Amino acid sequence: MAEELVTVTIEGAQVSVPKGMTIIEAAKRAGVLIPHYCYHPSLPSPAVCRMCLVEVEKAPKLMPACVTTVAEGQVVHVSSESAKKARESVLEFLLINHPLDCPICDQSGECELQDYVFQEGRAATRYAEYPKRYNPVEDFGPDILYVTNRCILCTRCVRFMDDVAQTSVLNVSERGDRAYIGISGDQLLDHPWSGNVVDLCPVGSLVSKDFLHKARAWDLDKTASICPGCTQGCNMMLETRDEVVVRLRPRPNLDVNRHFMCDHGRLDYRWMNRGDRIEAPLVAEGERHVATDWDTALDALGALIERSGTVALLASGRASVESLGLVRRMVEQKRVTAAVRVPLGEEAPLAGVPNLALRAERVPNLHGAELLGYSRDWAGALAAAASADLVIVLDAELDADDEAALGAIPGRLAVLGTTLSDLHRRAELVLPVTTMAEENGVYVNRDLRAQRYNQARAPRAMSRPAWWIAGEVLAGQGPDADAPSTAAEAFRMVSGTVAAFAGLTHGDLGLNGRALRAAVPAEAAR
Amino acid sequence: MGYPHPIHPGETPVLSKHFGEAEARTFAGWRERGGYEGLRKALAMAPEAVIEEIKASGLRGRGGAGFPTGLKWSFMPKGDGKPHYLVCNADESEPGTFKDREIMRWTPHALIEGCALAAYAIGAERCYIYIRGEFTEPWTVMSRAVAEAYAEGALGDNVFGTGRKIHVTLHRGAGAYICGEETALMNSIEGRRGNPRIKPPFPAVAGLFGMPTTINNVETLAATPHIITHGAAWYKSLCLGNPKSTGTKLISVCGHVLRPGNYELTMGTPMRTLIYDMCGGMLPGRTLKAVIPGGSSVPIMTAEEADRCLLDYEGVVEQGSMLGSAGMIVMDDSTDMVYQIWRLARFYAHESCAQCTQCREGTAWTTRILERILAGKGKEEDFQLLLDLSEQMTGKTICVLSDSCAAPIVSGIQKFRGEFDAYMNGARQPALAGA
Repeated sequence: MAEELVTVTIEGAQVSVPKGMTIIEAAKRAGVLIPHYCYHPSLPSPAVCRMCLVEVEKAPKLMPACVTTVAEGQVVHVSSESAKKARESVLEFLLINHPLDCPICDQSGECELQDYVFQEGRAATRYAEYPKRYNPVEDFGPDILYVTNRCILCTRCVRFMDDVAQTSVLNVSERGDRAYIGISGDQLLDHPWSGNVVDLCPVGSLVSKDFLHKARAWDLDKTASICPGCTQGCNMMLETRDEVVVRLRPRPNLDVNRHFMCDHGRLDYRWMNRGDRIEAPLVAEGERHVATDWDTALDALGALIERSGTVALLASGRASVESLGLVRRMVEQKRVTAAVRVPLGEEAPLAGVPNLALRAERVPNLHGAELLGYSRDWAGALAAAASADLVIVLDAELDADDEAALGAIPGRLAVLGTTLSDLHRRAELVLPVTTMAEENGVYVNRDLRAQRYNQARAPRAMSRPAWWIAGEVLAGQGPDADAPSTAAEAFRMVSGTVAAFAGLTHGDLGLNGRALRAAVPAEAAR
Repeated sequence: MGYPHPIHPGETPVLSKHFGEAEARTFAGWRERGGYEGLRKALAMAPEAVIEEIKASGLRGRGGAGFPTGLKWSFMPKGDGKPHYLVCNADESEPGTFKDREIMRWTPHALIEGCALAAYAIGAERCYIYIRGEFTEPWTVMSRAVAEAYAEGALGDNVFGTGRKIHVTLHRGAGAYICGEETALMNSIEGRRGNPRIKPPFPAVAGLFGMPTTINNVETLAATPHIITHGAAWYKSLCLGNPKSTGTKLISVCGHVLRPGNYELTMGTPMRTLIYDMCGGMLPGRTLKAVIPGGSSVPIMTAEEADRCLLDYEGVVEQGSMLGSAGMIVMDDSTDMVYQIWRLARFYAHESCAQCTQCREGTAWTTRILERILAGKGKEEDFQLLLDLSEQMTGKTICVLSDSCAAPIVSGIQKFRGEFDAYMNGARQPALAGA
């Protein structure tokens, strides 16, 4: 059944929108942003900030756009004299007790109060003679501080905890202008998804201890990425300052993570900044490794493969579709056992959003790997590796038990890795590869949605994406093969031959990803 | 414990007829005085017929808004299969108002009967009476009366043998003014913070626990059995002024009159009759300066306006104010209007629920400006500032608390500007150290 549409005029622009939509959402479709604080598309609307009051023709007074629904023929004025005056007044009211500590506030530069005041606020205050309300900063939980004085009581944080996390920890305490966000009893804001209140806070009232005073918003470079923390595949922004990853924040995707991201994913980025990276290709020379150039290293890898009959591929579930696909293809002519290592953790669902959780499988590309012929039978792969002619480790971390299971390795271990472990030091060949922050690529999440992540910082030293290494080796194996020079080309090579990817390109996936239609169900692949 | 003064011949005692009689508080005593006849009669009628009768009587909400009661009842959906609720607003927190307190203190069964009757009419099996937290005596009296009504079969699973189920639950407030606002009151009953809700949805669609709900004031509900017993025509005939305002109204008079108290008047009685005749006039040697006619939330009237005013919904509006809850605050020439307005503003600043920006910040700010004026530090610009803030506090928020704070400020500046000037130019000594 087709949705019933109504046509409304907002700021002179006519739009047809589904019946029942709020004016604030309809305005977005008309290209008009109605200023707001308490409204958030993923939270229930309380209409308390009164910032989104707009003039609706024939209505007796200004209407809150966040809860007023559209009606056929409705004419809405956002910048009429009365609506502008009301907004200016709300801003004046909000500012009378708001500290002007923007120079030391983390939110500065991405603060909605700052933005709207610059846009439409009064130049000077009329609240001259009185001291501002003062309350001390409160410690809400492991990663969250509440800067009471900056709070504009939009209650987004309270509603997130009540309605989305469904763990009522926060509340509005006291009344009148003494009101503040309170925390119940001796509870802490330590829910696995509580970090979202920091993003939801439109001002600098709820701040992350992890990010506290680390960078100014305008110094950050933001890259659309995918969280590598679990198989959920939350869309995120990877934020760097001078090539250092300083913050991960959710990027809205209504089909995957709405506007949210869990604390595990949010805070698990320090490995991207590790300084002890492998800087150059290393080849074994007797007891030690010597650094070499890529041509020599690629030839060495080609030779290792050439002389091997059986190959074991031990890969990380953090590797991209491109890398997993081409590395697998690089040894296609051999007898291959391929598996990905899947670290497990506790599942932590976000109660108010269906099908959103921190998943137990803590790698982003388990399902992509399975589509590409990798199994999750790690123990089986280790057993096969013990007798394989060649073991290729693709950025997987092996623990002591794993290493014991491998048996004797001299002469038959090649590592494509980011950092050196004791095991790696005994490898025949060590090739430096990029982390997910340093390359473009695709992950496939648990719902078989293929999603792109983008390069956020330069590759460290001589490191290259694993797909590039595999592509070069493939090109050396036969005259028809062309080595891919971009991740997009590498993806085309994979999607052109693996049925599940149905010839898709990076362009097809866009910024929000795409479900793989003809995909093999994840269950079947196990 | 008696009642302070006898009924004045000018009054029309319907609700207040038995105020001061201890026996009227008991079930038997109430029966002797004709109690529960209205409920029995209503139970024999169709619910729709009861609503029609109330509609025909012209009864309007006595809590402040004056919305036609029968019409409100008729908004309740029919045959929707959901539980319906009746809520009685006995929070009576409006400064200057103390009529519901007396109804509950002296004639608790009148309220219980009204609740049962209304519950029957709107198809509710459960009625909540939300009693103001500070009302200790009314709470005790009501608790006793409800227990008695259950014992006598006026409430329960089989009301008076008709097979009707009507239950009454008393709920005690915790002292917030805003919980007298109907949707905040419902939140409070549900165990949430007493914040007003956005309308729509209106209570008749989604009220208490999200179910269709009718909410009425104590005085409104207590009047309904009389209407059913004596007929809509009788009630409608109680009218001296505008025909849209019918019946009697309890007026709580406080302030500088000789005999403050509750007076029950036929709608349309002149205010001057009430002040000068029934209340015995102003204190000796004083003259009338101003009246706040409808509880603290309405615009202030001057003596001249009060003199012309007829006490019904339209009559008070004609004089630029509102009948509201009819808590009349009478002020004589010794009154410092700036101080009184500050006192009211301070009340609203204290009671704002803190949801809406204009109200949370505006009530506190205006209070501080008034404080500064009282401290002799006011400036000419403050008038414009107060009027600007008041304009932004009117009609912009979820409920009318901030409108209520603005109303006395705007009317005070318009009508008593000279007193503000006196503080500003030093003609009057500072009344507060403040600011």
